[in-house]
Amino acid sequence: MFDFISFIPRAVMQGVPLMLGCTGETITEKSGNLNLGTAGIMYVGGISGVIGAFLYENAAGTEMNPFLTIAIPLLCCIVGSILMGLIYCFLTVTLRANQNVTGLALTTFGVGLGNFFGGSLIKLVKTDIPSVVLTRTSQAFSRTLPFADRLGWFGKIFLSYSFLAYVAIALALFASFVLNRTRTGLELRSVGENPGTADAAGINVVRYKYLTTCIGSVVSGLGGLYYVMDYASGVWSNNAFGDRGWLAIALVIFTIWRPSVSILASILFGGLYILNVYIPTGTNLAIKEIYKMAPYIVTIVVLVISSMQKKRENQPPAALGLSYFREER
Amino acid sequence: MEEKIPAVMMRDITKRFGSVLANDKCWLNIYRGEVLALLGENGSGKTTLMNMLSGIYFPDEGTISIDGKEVTIADPSDALALGIGMIHQHFKLVDVFTAAQNIVLGLPGKLDLKEASRKIREICERYGFDVDPEQKVFDMSVSQKQTVEIVKVLYRGADILILDEPTAVLTPQETEKLFAVLRNMRDDGKAVVIITHKMHEVESISDRVAILRKGHFTGDMLTKDTNAQEMTNMMVGRPVELNIDRPEPEDSRPRIELKDVTVRDEEGLLKLDHVSFTAMSGEVLGIAGISGCGQKELLEAIAGLQPVEEGSISYIEDDGKHEELIGKDPLDIKKLGVALSFVPEDRLGMGLVGNMDLSDNMMLRSYRNGKGLFTNRKDPHHLAEMMVDFLEIVTPSVETPVRRLSGGNVQKVLVGREISNAPKVLLTAYATRGLDINSSYTIYDLINQQKQRGVAVIYVGEDLDVLLELCDRIVVLCGGKVSGIVDGRKTDKNEVGAMMTKLGGVSE
Ligand SMILES: Nc1ncnc2c1ncn2[C@@H]1O[C@H](COP(=O)(O)OP(=O)(O)OP(=O)(O)O)[C@@H](O)[C@H]1O
Ligand SMILES: [Mg+2]
Repeated sequence: MFDFISFIPRAVMQGVPLMLGCTGETITEKSGNLNLGTAGIMYVGGISGVIGAFLYENAAGTEMNPFLTIAIPLLCCIVGSILMGLIYCFLTVTLRANQNVTGLALTTFGVGLGNFFGGSLIKLVKTDIPSVVLTRTSQAFSRTLPFADRLGWFGKIFLSYSFLAYVAIALALFASFVLNRTRTGLELRSVGENPGTADAAGINVVRYKYLTTCIGSVVSGLGGLYYVMDYASGVWSNNAFGDRGWLAIALVIFTIWRPSVSILASILFGGLYILNVYIPTGTNLAIKEIYKMAPYIVTIVVLVISSMQKKRENQPPAALGLSYFREER
Repeated sequence: MEEKIPAVMMRDITKRFGSVLANDKCWLNIYRGEVLALLGENGSGKTTLMNMLSGIYFPDEGTISIDGKEVTIADPSDALALGIGMIHQHFKLVDVFTAAQNIVLGLPGKLDLKEASRKIREICERYGFDVDPEQKVFDMSVSQKQTVEIVKVLYRGADILILDEPTAVLTPQETEKLFAVLRNMRDDGKAVVIITHKMHEVESISDRVAILRKGHFTGDMLTKDTNAQEMTNMMVGRPVELNIDRPEPEDSRPRIELKDVTVRDEEGLLKLDHVSFTAMSGEVLGIAGISGCGQKELLEAIAGLQPVEEGSISYIEDDGKHEELIGKDPLDIKKLGVALSFVPEDRLGMGLVGNMDLSDNMMLRSYRNGKGLFTNRKDPHHLAEMMVDFLEIVTPSVETPVRRLSGGNVQKVLVGREISNAPKVLLTAYATRGLDINSSYTIYDLINQQKQRGVAVIYVGEDLDVLLELCDRIVVLCGGKVSGIVDGRKTDKNEVGAMMTKLGGVSE
């Protein structure tokens, strides 16, 4: 029998970084900024947290303050992600550079930056294995509710996660609420749909673009942090994060720009990611490799299906990828 | 009246776009309790001048005073705070939002769409509009969108109201309704500015006119002290003749024959109901009718863009050979020499690529001509240059992207390309929508030239006066049926008007 009780929690843990990345990218895209740098931003979010944690673990020695153990990496991750968001905005909003090119450059930059600092830290600890291990920080990050174990399968499926996982869900729900129910959300959507109209209505287009892109970057960056500190148990090794950032971007289209949908969608994708471990394939490794392709095949199928969508409400923000200048027409 | 302090005083306003001097030391006074008509040829800087009031553009030089106090309008929110509301030439609406969402966009406070809808209904009742607050903009007709724009401005309580060519896409009936509202607002003591190219509208709505020519302010005066001829001369800078030629058709023979053509739209509504007529070569055949009566479908059916349910459309060659057009590929129909120039309500949306320059847009029609793999770039470039000359298109060069041109000039590109490209049959709809008088007359000339070359012209227009002066025969549509076919030289406005609203009119 397929072991759902152990499969679902693993799928969720796989899904959380995607969920954060997807939520972050969705709100960014709602402002009309197509930030393909998300993959790089998640890297930077991760490595910034790692650097913070590394420095604090070394400085504090054995007496680690539980609050600072969480706060320092978190703060580093936020600062790192915001910087990436600011670079993107400065280039695309203020200088009106091409968004695709900027985003791609930012991804290359972010991954390189992650590997550079990751590599340096690995050199510093002088171990044989090519990774940095931050066990104590990771323990603080992956602490779960104490009574989860006592509630059997229910506890395991719903309560066995660390706080960042719940933060991810809360953020997705909150983003969805803001986008659909508040004036801020309405104004933000108008900026992404038709910045000229938003501007003429007295909305500060530039401020919206900057703010949402930076907030979106922070949310995506948290995905990177969750990945190292919780999912990977505090082990940073270069390139381990892989292509999750790109999957997050694909998820944005899959969820038709709805953060609330992204909660289930990312868990589904998380499940596809680890399907190969849970389906017995015997000794035939070739079949296992085919299962590993699942998330990508589903992504392609989903992109094909969603690009056939005709309904007006389900289209990307109309001004996505375009830069705006008031006096240009 | 003259001692009143103007609500808006613009002095020595200059605005440049690169090498283009859009406004040069313009003066303008706008008074409360008056409707001001701002006139000028296409590209003379009307939109630019008004955009500086609404904060879209910032003047390079000059001062703006509101109620005698000098102000700086740095962005649209400053303008809104000063009570300036503008309805732009191209709609400023978010397509995927509802009317209510669009109307409250940018206002402070908590988002309460129910309360907003209530207030919107109240405004609609007061002024006699028909807006459904829950309707999405992409589902709306152009006139509905226009109404939403007006309600938006009223909702904000603007008391200086600017309308940039609001009537270009409205039917005469809708225009009358809008004017009633504007008179209402004027009597409320609001200041109203309207930009329009239609002289009879200027005479009917405005109290005062101000005229721009090539970015210069040439003067203002009370409407009752002037007339269409004088205003036109001031706009153009030289005396212009306001007469349309109508040469007698020569060597006319049947070219396009429609028999019992029936067309339904996507929703299955009957758009054309057993329409039959013949268009002759060397003749301008007018199509009159209230807008939405099947004019668009008619032209599209001939051009092969619209599936036809029953009936036949044949192309008749000089030797009398009939060729059925229904079922033919639009490309093949074009090869026969049938050109369709339909000026859509949304000018940039259809037919032109805003980011491409003039000559590349010309090439969209002819890129198939050329040897082998290569397309011919020289001819389109030449054509673009000719067009700029002949239609007096205001542009820095033929390499300028089309979206930078003023609204009317965009359109000259579109119409010019199609009209110059019609070897045998020219189908044209709303060709002069948004064009200034002078250019409109140039277009009529162009149509007449084609007619004299033996082209069969089918002309769909809204302006009855023009139809009556330009066309040899007029087919009047009413609810998708042919209400009658009349001789343009013998009929009059009343007869055609009656036929438009009632099958067969009153004369039968
Ligand atoms: N944002 C812009 N960038 C470059 N050129 C511009 C811009 N806006 C206007 N222009 C140029 O300024 C001139 C005046 O344009 P404007 O739109 O004010 O004309 P208009 O009087 O409103 O004409 P129309 O009746 O055709 O709408 C035109 O030559 C136009 O090409
Ligand atoms: Mg204009």
